Amino acid sequence: MTAHPDFLWADPEPKRGYEVVVIGAGGHGLATAYYLARNHGISDVAVLERGWLAGGNMARNTTIIRSNYLWDASAAIYEHSLKLWEGLSDELDYDILFSQRGVLNLAHSLPDVRESVRRVNANRLNGIDAEWLTPAEVKKLVPIINTSPELRYPVLGATFQPRAGIAKHDHVAWAYARAANRLGVHLIQNCEVTGFRREGSRVTGVETSRGTIEAGRVALCAAGHTSVLAQELGFRLPLASHPLQALVSELLEQVLDTVVMSNAIHVYVSQAHKGELVMGAGIDAYNGYGQRGSFHVIESQLAAAVELFPIFARAHVLRTWAGIVDVSPDASPVLGLTPVENVFVNCGWGTGGFKATPGAGWVYADTIAHARPHPLAAPFTLDRFTTGALVDEHGAAAVAH
Amino acid sequence: MLSVPCPWCGPRDETEFRYGGQAHVAYPPDPAALSDAEWAGYLFLRDNPKGWFAERWFHAAGCRRWCNTVRHTVTYEFGAPS
Repeated sequence: MTAHPDFLWADPEPKRGYEVVVIGAGGHGLATAYYLARNHGISDVAVLERGWLAGGNMARNTTIIRSNYLWDASAAIYEHSLKLWEGLSDELDYDILFSQRGVLNLAHSLPDVRESVRRVNANRLNGIDAEWLTPAEVKKLVPIINTSPELRYPVLGATFQPRAGIAKHDHVAWAYARAANRLGVHLIQNCEVTGFRREGSRVTGVETSRGTIEAGRVALCAAGHTSVLAQELGFRLPLASHPLQALVSELLEQVLDTVVMSNAIHVYVSQAHKGELVMGAGIDAYNGYGQRGSFHVIESQLAAAVELFPIFARAHVLRTWAGIVDVSPDASPVLGLTPVENVFVNCGWGTGGFKATPGAGWVYADTIAHARPHPLAAPFTLDRFTTGALVDEHGAAAVAH
Repeated sequence: MLSVPCPWCGPRDETEFRYGGQAHVAYPPDPAALSDAEWAGYLFLRDNPKGWFAERWFHAAGCRRWCNTVRHTVTYEFGAPS
C-alpha cells in the first residue's frame, strides 16, 4: 500500500520558452491547453498560474451547466460545451461526477412567462432540449418548492432543460490538468505574470515571478483579472470586474434533485453530491477584486430561497465567498484576437464561465492554433462593440448581471 | 456591506445607493465627429483598475443626488473624493 497517491500532474520548472503560453490555470486555461495538444498537436504549451491550479473562480462557482440561451450564437457555443460535458468523463478517463439532473428557470410574472416560453421555442429551434412546465409540473419535479399563489412572487411556471445539470468542479480541473500534462503541457503554479516583452507589434515573452518565459503566442485566460493584463499590453477591454458571491449550507439529506434558478427573485440552488445546498445570486453592483462581497446580497438571496423552499429555513449557512467575474456590456464572452498580433483573449464570461469550460477551451484552442476566430467564436470578437453586433443575453442568461 | 460617504448625508449603507460606475466620463463634445471605434470607446470602454477607482453613486434612498467617490477595488476603502 502506498503512503500517498500519485500526483495527477507534474510540477516542472518553467522552460526558457514555449510555443504557446496560456495565462491562468482555471478551467478555461486547462481546457484550452488540453485541446491545443489533443486537437491541434500543439503540446509545447505552458499554463501559468499565479496561485494554485484551479484555485480562482474554478473553486468558487456553483457548478451549474446548461445551454438554454436565447440567441443563436450563444446557444451554439453553450450547446457545443454541453455536448462535450456529456462525454467528458470518458474522454478524460476521470469521473467528473457530471449529473444531468435538469435545470429549472422559474417565472414569477407575466413578462417572465412570455420571455420563458419564447426562450423554450428559441432553444427548440436550435435543437436544444427545452420544456415549459406549469406550476403543477414544477411541484411534481420539486416537491419541496412552494407553489402557493399566495406568495408575493408566485411560481407561474418554469423552463426546464433536462440535459442540464452540475459537475464536480475540482474533478473537472484535475481531469483536464492530468490529461493536458500527459500530452506534454507544462502546468506552472506560483508563477505570476508581471509584464510582457515586446518586439514591434508582437509579444515575445512574459515576465513572471519565476523569470522571463519566451512565448510564440500568448493566450489570456484570467477571468476577472484579464483587463489588468490587457492594461499591461496597452489595450482596453469592455469589462468590469465584480464580486459574485456563493454560499453553501451544512450537509443535508437529499431534498433537491434538480437545479432551480430564479432570475426575478434571484436565487439559484442545487444540492451538491455530498449534500450541501449550493446557492448563488447576482453580482455586487460595484467594481471589486476583493473576493468578498456585500452581506445584503446574501440576505436577499436567502430570503428568496426560504420563501421558495420553506424547509430551508432550518439549514445553517456554512461558508460564503466571492469570485471575481469579468462582466461585459452585453453579458456575452469576448473570444478571439486582440490588437496585439500574437496575443489572444478569452474573457467576459461574467457569471457563466463554468458551464462553458469544455466548449470555450475547444474553440479558444482552435482560435489560437489558426490565428482566426473559430466559427462558434466569430460572433464574440472584440469587433462587435464597434460594429454594434452585440449578443445581448442579459435576460436569457437567467442571471442578472 | 459598504458604507458610502455621501457628501450631503454622511456615510450611509450601500443599500441606499445605486452604483453609477466610473466617474468623469464626459459626453463627447461633438458626437457626430466620432469614428465608430471612438463611439464604441465612449459607450463600452471603462477603466477597470485593481486599486483606486473614481466612481459615481446615486443616493436613491436618501438625498437623491449623485456624488463622486474614490474607492480601492481590493480593500474597498474610500479615499478622498476627486
